[in-house]
Amino acid sequence: MSLSQLSAYQIAQQVQSKKASCREVVDDFLGRIEAVEERVKAFVTVTGDEARRRADMLDRRLASGEDIGALGGVPIAVKDALCTRGVKTTCSSKMLENFVPPYDAHVVERLAVDGAITVGKANMDEFAMGSSTENSAFFPTRNPWDLERVPGGSSGGSTAAVAALEAPLALGSDTGGSIRQPAAYCGCVGLKPTYGLVSRYGLIAFASSLDQIGPIANDVRDCALLLQSIAGHDRRDTTSINRSLPKYLDALTGNIRGLKVGVPQEFFAQGVQGYVSDAVHKAIDKMAELGAEVVEVSMPSTEYALATYYIIAPSEASSNLARYDGVQYGLRVHEMGDDIVQMYSKTRVKGFGHEVQHRIMIGTHALSSGFYDAYYLKAQKVRTLIRRDFEAAFQKCDVLATPTAPTVAFKLGENANDPFAMKLADVCTIPVNMAGLPAISLPCGFHEKMPIGLQLIGNLLDESTLLRAAHAYEQATDWHTQRAVL
Amino acid sequence: MSKYEIVIGMEVHAELLTQSKQFCACPNEAVAPPNTNVCPVCLGFPGSLPVLNAKSVDLSLRTVLAFDSKINTRCIFERKNYFYPDLPKAYQVSQRLLPLGEGGFIDIDVPNGDGTSTVKRVGLHDVHMEEDTGKSQHGESIGDPDSSLIDFNRSGIPLLEIVSLPDMRSVEEAEAYMTALRQLLLYLEVSDCKMELGRLRFEASLSLRPWGQEEYGTRVEVKNLNSMKAVRDSLRAEIERQTRILDSGGVVVQQTMLWDEASGTTQPMRSKEQAHDYRYFPEPDLVPLDIDSAWLERVRASMPELPRAKNQRFIEQLGLSSYEAGVLTSSREIAEYYEAALEGYTKSDGGAAKAISNWVCNELLGRVNAQNSSIAEAKVLPAQLRELVQLIDAGTISGKIAKEIFDEMFTSGRDAKSIVEERGLTQMSDTTELEAICEKVIAANPKAVEDYRGGKEKSFGALVGGVMKETKGRANPALVNELLKKALTQ
Repeated sequence: MSLSQLSAYQIAQQVQSKKASCREVVDDFLGRIEAVEERVKAFVTVTGDEARRRADMLDRRLASGEDIGALGGVPIAVKDALCTRGVKTTCSSKMLENFVPPYDAHVVERLAVDGAITVGKANMDEFAMGSSTENSAFFPTRNPWDLERVPGGSSGGSTAAVAALEAPLALGSDTGGSIRQPAAYCGCVGLKPTYGLVSRYGLIAFASSLDQIGPIANDVRDCALLLQSIAGHDRRDTTSINRSLPKYLDALTGNIRGLKVGVPQEFFAQGVQGYVSDAVHKAIDKMAELGAEVVEVSMPSTEYALATYYIIAPSEASSNLARYDGVQYGLRVHEMGDDIVQMYSKTRVKGFGHEVQHRIMIGTHALSSGFYDAYYLKAQKVRTLIRRDFEAAFQKCDVLATPTAPTVAFKLGENANDPFAMKLADVCTIPVNMAGLPAISLPCGFHEKMPIGLQLIGNLLDESTLLRAAHAYEQATDWHTQRAVL
Repeated sequence: MSKYEIVIGMEVHAELLTQSKQFCACPNEAVAPPNTNVCPVCLGFPGSLPVLNAKSVDLSLRTVLAFDSKINTRCIFERKNYFYPDLPKAYQVSQRLLPLGEGGFIDIDVPNGDGTSTVKRVGLHDVHMEEDTGKSQHGESIGDPDSSLIDFNRSGIPLLEIVSLPDMRSVEEAEAYMTALRQLLLYLEVSDCKMELGRLRFEASLSLRPWGQEEYGTRVEVKNLNSMKAVRDSLRAEIERQTRILDSGGVVVQQTMLWDEASGTTQPMRSKEQAHDYRYFPEPDLVPLDIDSAWLERVRASMPELPRAKNQRFIEQLGLSSYEAGVLTSSREIAEYYEAALEGYTKSDGGAAKAISNWVCNELLGRVNAQNSSIAEAKVLPAQLRELVQLIDAGTISGKIAKEIFDEMFTSGRDAKSIVEERGLTQMSDTTELEAICEKVIAANPKAVEDYRGGKEKSFGALVGGVMKETKGRANPALVNELLKKALTQ
């Protein structure tokens, strides 16, 4: 059996017990990338040489008896929105096509400390805006289950890489569903942590109050393993939460007897296909079989979440992306005789794709004097109502079970002319970001050979319960053992 | 008198005296080779995040406490969005809806024109924290008319913006406001207020209205004011300009004017540069700033005595004149020098405070000012000055000699005692020795002696002068008087 068939947990064990060297692991995965990448297109940059150098270095340390960390020797794909020192970080945008950051993101530092080996920078929707990775300025990524379909987005490259076994782990970022929705589309496990659990330092911002970095893997245990590495306080991010962390792997007891699973009806409306709702309800039944108690909850503000999100996220984005002006770094378009305003304008027209420009304009408008109260301020109030809905729900239950996405992965180009259908892909995931809660997506069935995702939503900082519930369900089913054939 | 009442408000930016910048660990030092005190945060690199400097909050709190502003113990930062090359994030982190301080006031001394002054209270709108921008250099100044260069050393330096109400009614009041504010910031040690380095920057807004009219006239902002003189001159020019417009029946347009030092006129800023919608919204990368009572109390306890309170105390408790108290409290350095010199010094006649004040105000500051220096650089330390005064009290030296000694102390920084000893300047108070000299002088001046005995009191002075001449000024004058009189009546 090839090393690339193993889980991250197993690989780390193999390396620690010296059954495989880091170099062997890396070579195996780089071979797999070589074999499938042309079809999947998960990476903007493959960092093979650097990965091999690092593997050799870790092997030397291991040989001298050092502990190389919980992820020692495990390859990982890193979303190209995360800064990597000395390695191009593009955000899949022409604007940053040649941008080489002078520093590592906090999570990249954490991975290095724990011995993980970055094999490449994963493709994404430009500046994380999109749900299909078709908005990459370079090329779309394909769904390993069906190369005619999208992998979801915006962390589509990260997720496709894991589904295609190009890496056992990946880092994504999730602003409105950008980890969970592609995880659902690709049959992976993806977790968006509580806002503030993982430092955003070095994550190129889309919408600062919603962005959160999280793990993507092929099973719940790997997801917990990676979360353990990246979670925790960082004083460089003032929104990062400072409290001691639980041991997430210890939460995976397999026991959910007495766990209260809430089912909010509102998450089964708005375009959720019958096959999705059937699969999710079957998963809920399975959890009941395992001893969980199912309770109905109502979350009336859910229907406003999508509209609210499309005010708040673009507003923050319009400000976050204003720094790409051609002055200091990245693309500069400047023709003879242009003044500074013309340079700004030409640079931003050429540098940003259509979707990014669209959202910058919406956000700029929503923050404009005369409109601020009606849009941004109102949206913030609705956001509070959505949060209260969740608070009320968690009075009655421990986790919520919903679909991750209303459909399975759609075909490339299918939603290109229907921006609303595209945005509807995030209808079940967006409310979670609005409330800053943790949520996980894991496979719960198939429709036309494409994976369907179950979303479990947890209470603030209660990733342990979330992982325990997901793991118990996963172990009682075999969805997670199925792999895309490439 | 003009037909119009002048209405002036002031916006002041002060760079705070912190070690590091507002949101990163870079040194708070703009004067350095270009782009050396920078990092991903103050360069606004993708993915970087701000972390608020706690020391800057301390200094800002000290200031709002001195203004007696209402303190928002939970305040928030907002983003002020606009494009400019030296603004690396294309937004400035500032405060608007919930600034650190709201309201408050500064008392100013408005000169009455006859050497006296009247206290006036200028209200404040708000006091808020923000970050400085980088600095652009354009075209000719860098030898290429088509280029601009940007230095980000200043980017992210902590700023405190102090916004006054339109409470000033003359250029003199505006000047008094600037003086009072500067004095206060220096006392608080929150800013070094070096205007020439841009560490204290004034922007004025000015409008005119017919006397008696309640609503304000149209406001014009005046920027590019790099010195107190520029503020004064630009306001006078702007008053003239607006008066001309109103007199000819015109309408003042609301706009921003730039002061042009060379032509001595205010010129309108290009409209493109002022048509901003800043799209403020709460900065999501910074959590609200919560200041608990322990923090506030710690800052309150660190507050120095403020200039007005000190001034009052000098007059009421030390018995100084209002002029002396004004001179001695004009800066924290002078006041501290004075108080240090006075420390532990007493005089039987109770004139200690006055005696030291005379030396500081006249002798020390006279010499310091003549050299265009500052008291902080003076070589004579407060304890040395005190020792000199004590030598006079003890009769060791005369007041006249003391001034000579002080000259030497001022240039060399040496102690009074060692100078006295070295030069043998100790006052002669030996009766036997002086008696002999008096006899000698009397013998040498028979005419004067005769005149004195004949009733000419003036001649006595000549004889005293004679003794002084013989002793090179070292003779104790009181003793000389006594001995001479005794000798002449014999």
